[in-house]
Amino acid sequence: MVTIKELPREEYLLKGHAACAGCGPAVSLRLLLKTLGRKVILVVPACCTTVIQGPYPYTSSAVPLQNILFESAAAGASGIVAALKQRKIDDVTVVSWAGDGGTVDIGIQALSGAAERGTDFIYICYDNEAYGNTGMQRSGATPYGAWTTTTPTGKRERKKDMPLIMAAHRIPYVATTCTSYPLDFVNKVRKAREIRGTKYIHLLAPCPTGWRYDTSKTIELGKLAVLSGLWALYEIEDGKFKLNLPSDRLVDKSKRKPIKEYFALQGRFRGLSAEDVEKIQKWVDEDWDKYCRLTATPDLALYTKP
Amino acid sequence: MAKMIVDTANHVAGYAAKNARVKVVAAYPITPQTTVVEKIADFVESGEMDAEYIRVESEHSAMVACIGAAAAGVRTFTATSAHGLALMHEALQWASGSRLPIVMAVVNRAMGAPWSIMPDLSDSLSQRDTGWMQFYCADNQEVFDTIIQAYKLCENEQVFLPAMVCLEGFILSHTYAPVSIPDQEEIDAFLPPYKSGWMLNIDKPYSHANLVSPEFYMEFRYMIQEAMENAKDLIPKIDKEYSRQFGREYGGLIEKYRCEDADLVMLTMGTMGSEAKLTVDKLRKEGQKVGSARLRVYRPYPVEDIVNLAENVQMISTIDRHISFGMEGFLASETKAALFDQKDRPIIAGFIAGLGGRDVTSETIERMAKKSLKTMREGRLENGTEWVDLKE
Repeated sequence: MVTIKELPREEYLLKGHAACAGCGPAVSLRLLLKTLGRKVILVVPACCTTVIQGPYPYTSSAVPLQNILFESAAAGASGIVAALKQRKIDDVTVVSWAGDGGTVDIGIQALSGAAERGTDFIYICYDNEAYGNTGMQRSGATPYGAWTTTTPTGKRERKKDMPLIMAAHRIPYVATTCTSYPLDFVNKVRKAREIRGTKYIHLLAPCPTGWRYDTSKTIELGKLAVLSGLWALYEIEDGKFKLNLPSDRLVDKSKRKPIKEYFALQGRFRGLSAEDVEKIQKWVDEDWDKYCRLTATPDLALYTKP
Repeated sequence: MAKMIVDTANHVAGYAAKNARVKVVAAYPITPQTTVVEKIADFVESGEMDAEYIRVESEHSAMVACIGAAAAGVRTFTATSAHGLALMHEALQWASGSRLPIVMAVVNRAMGAPWSIMPDLSDSLSQRDTGWMQFYCADNQEVFDTIIQAYKLCENEQVFLPAMVCLEGFILSHTYAPVSIPDQEEIDAFLPPYKSGWMLNIDKPYSHANLVSPEFYMEFRYMIQEAMENAKDLIPKIDKEYSRQFGREYGGLIEKYRCEDADLVMLTMGTMGSEAKLTVDKLRKEGQKVGSARLRVYRPYPVEDIVNLAENVQMISTIDRHISFGMEGFLASETKAALFDQKDRPIIAGFIAGLGGRDVTSETIERMAKKSLKTMREGRLENGTEWVDLKE
């Protein structure tokens, strides 16, 4: 486990990038690149990072970055991984860094294919729960009740459970994390780098522009999402489920913060009714029942190592 | 010593990918392309071909995986047909815009609806504006030779563009014919290892294909146009060089047959070019001054060759195995466009034939030629476009 002090001092997301003030994904992208160092190739589909990296002839990435089509982050990475293998280069990590729309919606086919083939790469979905780059339209990762520009009275469907969809591919490593827990994220990236095969990390990344909150509250919001149990930090290693800090302390329901606190800070949830909140609380409890059962039997594996 | 084999054009395309020492193949099956990728799978799994074979989940991913692999510095190959090619449409433009020399066999098949697995050229021709070079083959040997030549062309630093090598489904794809496969050393002498123009490289960390403002975008497009023009000069040279080494030549951009003193030229693409030769021989015996020409390269369009061809002829009849709905066949339109600036341009008639695999034999072409000769003598074109063998 790495501590903040042990993080490399080198920066690979350079100053002057074009992210919004308070951008959660930009904070995590900086940490991702610090963690992986220079021996990495980034594959970026259409997403906020298309803009964050800055326009030609500038770039804020100090590692090679391949921009690729919206639905294709995993397919592009597959080609790069194959070429590196042919060129006998085995010390470069290929990372797809994609938004939630490019992952859970339009890119799910290519990602599923790459995972099924066991492509040796890390796929990180940075999830700000809507199509941010195009001005906040709803995606399959937008939570129930959230305002977006295409759900002006609040989304009527639930968020897709993408990490468990990836676990159903029986890949060696699936993890959830959040911008507000930098060490959790860094340690998961470090672990993923050491594992061969497809690694999937789902990063909840608060977005002040889309979620309608003050830009100073990004970290606080991510923490509230986790501490209220709306977003759990866990990892599934070779099929074995494990809750991570601080989620592992929230198995006891009384330790979880009220979800209302999380909703109250964001403009996008202004339209939530008391019944909506009750409904969401029921779903959160259901999820936690599932997590608790998985945690209570540590030998239980969702699948075994191939 | 070259080896003679008797095999289908699809298998021959697989041999060409192997002999070109392709390093990454990403492909998805579709009739009638399947036996290309099956052959390559055999080669890779038997160890005859040292390549990564990515069995992707769609044609879109096939093209994007080729883009990724080419961007990471290796020679790539894929193959598809019809709906698979249409699904790739977006990625085709990413490949050409990224200036990656990917070579793809397109086994021509008609587009649905309604479903058809039979050949016509509307699948590849509808990808006209994607920035890909397009070759059309008339026989199995040409499929092999063109794939090898295409790598040489695409990887030239004056070009750095991708190319489709098109062959009609079933007419070539599943038809056995003798083909000469040169020795690997000879191919290696003609086609040196791939040297990329740019590459994903941790020692030179660039961002590739990032957002471009109006200040730069047009220049990137212009460079593709320049590369196409450069390709037009290089294709005949590469064809000549290939011929010096392997003894086979295809006329560069356009293959002409008995056109020297012809009054009428039948202008075709693909296998119809072989049939047209038989027609020409027959009509010549009857004393008619008819020639045929086959467009071997559709993009870049050989404007100068068409102008040359038209210099002393009275009429050109184009045969399109394709229709641009609401207009006519591309071959007709573009031949007219190429000749518009000429003072004494010939009459140009357009025939639409062979859609969805309807047979176009030398007899079919003879009927078109005879009709054209009548028009030519009368000096008046009644109907710009005629659909051949259309049922009432």
